[in-house]
Amino acid sequence: MKTGGNGSVVRFENVGLRYGLGPEVLQDVNVSLASGSFHFLVGPSGAGKSSLLKLMYLALKPSRGLITLFGRDVATTPRPELPALRRQVGVVFQEFRLLRHLSAFDNVALPLRVSGARESRIKKHVSELLAWVGLQNHMNARPSTLSGGQQQRVAIARAVIARPRLLLADEPTGNVDDRMAMRLLHLFEQLNRLGTTVIIATHNMTLVDRLGHPVLRLDDSRLIEEAAPESRNNSDSGESDVARMDEYGLNLQQTSETAA
Amino acid sequence: MFNTRSDLPLERDGQGRYLPWLIAFMVYLAILALAGVMALNKVTARWDKGVGQTLTVQVALGENQTEAEALDAALGVLDETPGIAQTHRLEREQVAKLLEPWLGRFAEDMEDLPLPLMIDVQLASKIKPDLDRLKQRLDAAVPGALVDDHRLWLDRLIDLMQAVELLAGTVLILIGLACGGTVVFTTRTGLAIHREAIEVLHLIGAQDSYIARQFAGRALALGLKGGLLGLGLALPTLTLIGYLANTQEQGLLPTFTPGLYHWAAILALPVAAGLIAMMTARFTVTGTLGRMP
Repeated sequence: MKTGGNGSVVRFENVGLRYGLGPEVLQDVNVSLASGSFHFLVGPSGAGKSSLLKLMYLALKPSRGLITLFGRDVATTPRPELPALRRQVGVVFQEFRLLRHLSAFDNVALPLRVSGARESRIKKHVSELLAWVGLQNHMNARPSTLSGGQQQRVAIARAVIARPRLLLADEPTGNVDDRMAMRLLHLFEQLNRLGTTVIIATHNMTLVDRLGHPVLRLDDSRLIEEAAPESRNNSDSGESDVARMDEYGLNLQQTSETAA
Repeated sequence: MFNTRSDLPLERDGQGRYLPWLIAFMVYLAILALAGVMALNKVTARWDKGVGQTLTVQVALGENQTEAEALDAALGVLDETPGIAQTHRLEREQVAKLLEPWLGRFAEDMEDLPLPLMIDVQLASKIKPDLDRLKQRLDAAVPGALVDDHRLWLDRLIDLMQAVELLAGTVLILIGLACGGTVVFTTRTGLAIHREAIEVLHLIGAQDSYIARQFAGRALALGLKGGLLGLGLALPTLTLIGYLANTQEQGLLPTFTPGLYHWAAILALPVAAGLIAMMTARFTVTGTLGRMP
């Protein structure tokens, strides 16, 4: 399923969303995100950040308006073809939503399994990716035995294992310290450089300011696009992080090609 | 068709403990119903075959015929009729014996009592004689002769048997529906219990069939397990009934020794239970997932 070639990964036109008979939590959302872009999604709690992301990963249908994903109108896409669209969207859920009864390995393997990949391929890629996020010694651990930060990395690994074209993360730095938050964000930047479109919902304005990417601001249930804030110290911590990833003897480019 | 690996902790939701037993009881009842029908069927067939192969000819004593003349005339007609294997004249004592329930012992002793002359006719198995023609010819030779082919009696019996078979068929269908209903509700419970995991699978791009397959595979396993349990319960019961029937007076109750065909039908029931469970689970899951966006 290729895009129409116009480069727009997600496009919203006059999208409105209401739950039941309540008021619209999103109103007249108009946005078009180019392929390979990196956006932060900010706004006060309850502004509808999660709802907007849910519309993007097809967990919700809009009450009105048009949503296209990779050039396809979601509303007119037949239901049996929706899973193929979802597989191109990687999601880091707010509460991770790891399956409690599955090991870290099996959790990360899920996206490959549901798309019918061979076990030999699954074993290779999942092991590599878990090593890459520093969990090579926790492959068989259940999520409940992992720390918050480790669970988060499992969740991120699961989101990126199938090399999604669009990566959505809902407060991925919510319960880690700033240092770990920076590390994770640099990880997203790495993926972005390989062509993945990234949208990160967060309320941590310090991080937004430090990384310097364009911002989507939700305010009073409306979406406003803002230019990137002046980036302050983008380079130093980023490079140390890349260096750290190389310690695992794996480079991203290689992973992405084999996993694609 | 079914996965050896499951992403859902289905084995931990408690269904495995009671679903097989519910199915076991249903399969048990189904096997008893089926065995009952097959036994009745066999007995009907035996009656049909045994009685259907005989005729009874009753020769009335005419005004101007002696007993011997009438009998000879009737036997003469029967001998000429194609399709008759054997004729046998019942002795006076035998006829008296048949009448004993109505007339009592003394019928035998009363020389003057006009007892009807009876001829037992065995039909050849292949050719069916033309009964209407036979009746006409006998009536011409011996006025007032009666031919009884037991049809009326047998037809009513067969009607009854068919009604019983219909009833048993209905019972089987009801059991199948109950089995399906049970699986629908346990599957719905399972869907509720595993809702979070199913939603995650759904969101990362699992086809409905991928999720349904896991439930269906599990339901098939539980259904088969229940079916075999039911079979295990039914076999001793059938043996016991067979034993009790054999100790009764022979011939009154049918002796039922199941043949290959009967065994196949009985063994098909646990398999059917498994398949019903599998299909029901599959449709329930697909139906429920269909409501997700």
